[in-house]
Amino acid sequence: MGLPSGTFSENYGQDMAIVRTRAQWALLLAFLVLLFTCPLFLNDRMLTIMTITGITIISVHGLSILSGYCEQISLGHVAFMAVGAYTSAVLCARLGWPFWIALPCAALAAGLVGTIFGLPSLRVKGLYLIVATVAAYFIIIWVVIQLRDVTGGADGMPVPRPEIGSFVLKSKSSWYYLVITIACVATFLAQNLVRTRVGRAFIAIRDNELAAEVMGVNLWAYKLLAFFIGCVYAGVAGALVVHYYAFASPTQFPFFDSVWYLGMLIVGGMGSTTGAIFGAISLRLLDEVVTIVGPILSAVVAPQAAASLALMSRGVVIILFLIFEPRGLAHRWESIKAYYRLWPFSH
Amino acid sequence: MTFFLQLVISGFALGMVYALITVGFVLILKCSNVFNIAQGHFVMIGGYVGYTFLVTFNLPVWASLLLSIVVAILMGLLIERLTLRPLVGQPLLAVVMMTLALATILEGVATLIWGGEYKTYHGVLPTFTLRFGELSIPPEMTIGLMVSVVAVVILVLFFRYTKLGLAMRATAEDEQVVQSAGIRVTTVYALSWVIASVVGVIAGILLGGISGVMVEMNSVGLKTLAVALLGGMDSIGGAIVAGIALGVLENVAAGYLDPLLPAGGGLANVFPFIVIIVVLIFRPHGLFGLVEIERI
Repeated sequence: MGLPSGTFSENYGQDMAIVRTRAQWALLLAFLVLLFTCPLFLNDRMLTIMTITGITIISVHGLSILSGYCEQISLGHVAFMAVGAYTSAVLCARLGWPFWIALPCAALAAGLVGTIFGLPSLRVKGLYLIVATVAAYFIIIWVVIQLRDVTGGADGMPVPRPEIGSFVLKSKSSWYYLVITIACVATFLAQNLVRTRVGRAFIAIRDNELAAEVMGVNLWAYKLLAFFIGCVYAGVAGALVVHYYAFASPTQFPFFDSVWYLGMLIVGGMGSTTGAIFGAISLRLLDEVVTIVGPILSAVVAPQAAASLALMSRGVVIILFLIFEPRGLAHRWESIKAYYRLWPFSH
Repeated sequence: MTFFLQLVISGFALGMVYALITVGFVLILKCSNVFNIAQGHFVMIGGYVGYTFLVTFNLPVWASLLLSIVVAILMGLLIERLTLRPLVGQPLLAVVMMTLALATILEGVATLIWGGEYKTYHGVLPTFTLRFGELSIPPEMTIGLMVSVVAVVILVLFFRYTKLGLAMRATAEDEQVVQSAGIRVTTVYALSWVIASVVGVIAGILLGGISGVMVEMNSVGLKTLAVALLGGMDSIGGAIVAGIALGVLENVAAGYLDPLLPAGGGLANVFPFIVIIVVLIFRPHGLFGLVEIERI
């Protein structure tokens, strides 16, 4: 992280601080003010996009901790979202619990299920772990469909909207505020987690597992902790998804969404909190572009062109990033910042 | 008893196709350490290509098969050169994401060219039903079995008795040694992708003959993960044994347990994944895989 010239660290606390200068504080506050006043000047469609992106960001933060920092690559992230989603949905719809109690329960349930499916990570790693998480996805979704009396099976179930007293969270702007608040808190926690002892242990495991173990990192505990934390994020995101749509069904959690979450990490940059945000935003924006361009292509080329473009666009973007910018947008962002800070003397 | 035998036989034929697909998967993993999740998409493309030649162009079976293999070779070469070559030496996740992205692109291409519709070519492949007492073996299965056996035998012979096969096995063992012995590793990588693509396409035509072609066919690629794991990731013989075992087990388990489950069962689709978890917990290196020993 670069600093403007003349800014020096005089102690460890200063060196570790994320926000260093007055200008950075001002920019951060301005950004937050802008973020929380968006509903005043944006239309409902924009708010919907931003709300869904916010939920995605929460989920991707979890995956970033699990796969980006600890490098326990998970292709089952969506399944853990589904666990959180169905926990919250069942607690609210069947037992009549309020959303505000069901949400932490959902996070906890997702975390615990994630930890259980993280158990193979103690014996296997790399490719084998990926296969284990793929298996976790299919088993979890199958169980959801089989428990028809509780979850509504493949047909899905209606989910009540969250309430504060007599105020029901129904409007686009109320949901925007809820999701953005949780997303900001999630970002804050994720960014700080990786600077603690736990985060450094994760990074040590990523860089070299054996060396980390020799250094005294308890692999068993920290790998499971990574799964737990990552899946807690997934659980929160999943619960938000089903309450937002007021409906829960297995089709909301398709296998390839896990792939796209990993893809967001690639596009944004692995092992970086800003990367997770950049990745989520850029792939969501790509979707919006596709929904605009798709029908035009369909009219010009062939009727199935829109569906084909929707399938291919993300794949192509991910491939381009893998080949030409493997460190992702976060790296590009840092280098742009450095360029403007050092201009006109870039050496 | 007849029911049981019928399940075993159809499972066996299905398992041979699994084995064929998995051989392609294991081959790439062995030679270039790439985890090819798009293997199932080769199968899907194969099914559609077979449909194009057999039904749309109405060519005889042998010509369709030859032309499909040519398409498969081109596809394999193109994919290896354009997408995997730049990633040599990159971390595991990059490679896995590349094959996943590749999978979606192949799916998109199939949607674009063939509209992603369900297509069948029943009656185009030659038919003869074998009967043993009460058991009947549907013609598609007989053909599937024969072609898979032939393909697997050719592959095994290729690896054992040709120079290129030896080079591929050596590359799987140690890239650097192979390079210093004067073998071009990139050629071996390309060849492994070509073979994987060809076996995928052949399997796709066979599966297309059994149950028709559709985009969802690619889910078979995820099942081959279970086969590869059970056989022990780096063993071609293991892939064949595990493919047959899984095909039979899946069919028998689904045949007997599905009626007992609520929501219509669907055990056949989730069974391989249960096998994955069990294998990973009790025997991570599979039935025939090498046990890796790690040293600092």
